[in-house]
Amino acid sequence: MKKVLKTPISAQDLEDLKVGDVIYLDGTLVTCRDVAHRRLIEYGQKLPVDIAGGAIFHAGPIVREKDDGSFEMVSIGPTTSMRMEKFEREFIEKTGVKLIIGKGGMGPETAAGCQENKAVHAVFPGGCAVVAATKVEAIEGAEWKDLGMPETLWINRVKGFGPLIISIDTHGNNIFEINKKTYNERKSIVLEKISEQVKFIK
Amino acid sequence: MEKEAAVQSLTDTLAKFTAYIGKRLPTDVKEKQAELRTKETNPMAIEIFDVMAENQDAADKLDRPSCQDTGVIQYFIQAGSSFPLLGELESILEGATRGATEIGPLRHNAVESFVEKNTGTNTGSKIPWLDWEILPGEDYAIIDVYMAGGGCTLPGASTVLMPGQGYEGVAEFVLDVMTSRGLNACPPLLVGVGVSTSAETAARLSKKAILKPVNARNANEQAALLEELLTDGINELGIGPQGLTGDNTVMGVNIESSARHPSTIGVAVSTGCWAHRRGQIKVNADLSYEIISHQDVQL
Repeated sequence: MKKVLKTPISAQDLEDLKVGDVIYLDGTLVTCRDVAHRRLIEYGQKLPVDIAGGAIFHAGPIVREKDDGSFEMVSIGPTTSMRMEKFEREFIEKTGVKLIIGKGGMGPETAAGCQENKAVHAVFPGGCAVVAATKVEAIEGAEWKDLGMPETLWINRVKGFGPLIISIDTHGNNIFEINKKTYNERKSIVLEKISEQVKFIK
Repeated sequence: MEKEAAVQSLTDTLAKFTAYIGKRLPTDVKEKQAELRTKETNPMAIEIFDVMAENQDAADKLDRPSCQDTGVIQYFIQAGSSFPLLGELESILEGATRGATEIGPLRHNAVESFVEKNTGTNTGSKIPWLDWEILPGEDYAIIDVYMAGGGCTLPGASTVLMPGQGYEGVAEFVLDVMTSRGLNACPPLLVGVGVSTSAETAARLSKKAILKPVNARNANEQAALLEELLTDGINELGIGPQGLTGDNTVMGVNIESSARHPSTIGVAVSTGCWAHRRGQIKVNADLSYEIISHQDVQL
């Protein structure tokens, strides 16, 4: 059976989630990436959307503005989460966000932030932006539009948004950091094998 | 007047083609995805491959950009010296980028440096980026369009090694990119490696390398061997689709090289994500065209 999270999300909803679990989201999902993080953390500007108990998406979508001034979600996949590593721990603490969705892994600071404030990071498969757009029922608002299309905070109502693969859980586990150790161990062996065969300079 | 009409017509064609490649993957990439999906044994990786395939079907059916990051538009031009619109091509390609931005629609991805404002048109200083090669005596042009998305541009790296580090150093440089930023660049990747004389020549060649077909093999036997060893070696790391582990991490590794200074080995890596959006079109002197990268295209 599909596990579905609904916003607002409580710490309790996340307690049993473990890295590698697959979940889906119903409710409100706000896009939030580089400059929004920078404005909050470095310049102390208040986010124009309350995301306490909420979910953010590291994403910069393609949005079409219709003639009546409303918006249509065309394409919305995740962006590289690691770019927000610098800000995320403090961001979680300041905003009370519970679910961070993006692409690829995040680092030890975010993992610490998730553990301290009971939040999780999840991966939506990168590049799958049309699948994601079809789970957006409506765009309910747009803030900080001065940042341009990718960086605007788009407030989306979503249904069955996923698959979301938990990459950092509330217990501080980080699937990418665990995997990286394995990749690096294998790298030494692989490199040794290749090196023997590419001694072209003689 | 006749020239004006010709310019307009080619601008329209290239605008449509640029928008098109954001929605449908080139034939070689599509076939490679299907092949990797068949070979995969890791259940999570299989699920990811299936969402990827579902996404491409949906993009095709709904006629939308398959990934929201339609990149910075780059054109790699091989222009015949007698191509009739040689002098107009730069402005034609700028017009094509503006046109594609409307048709796609493409995301607005040109932020003017230092001004720090998104231009909203995908054009800006030196953007779309143009790379030129002249084909002496020919009257046609071959244009590669590439959507340089942020995720797969981030791992880009270039350095200059000392000869003592040898091709062993080249391999190490490539593997280090893969286990660091490569993880997050939406694997399975097409990895381009430039082996050359300096940082910028290697960088340019590494990008040219990912414009080659996925299954391309370098004509030089030793370069081909390194391509093969790197392909197998990176796959052995087990990074898998989306960096969440799996049997295959790359669609392939392509090397482009030049001669080098005896004291230097310039090496660079460019990566193309699984949604490797590139297209190749040949425009003849009479402006008839042939699309090489994608089969059965109606613009």
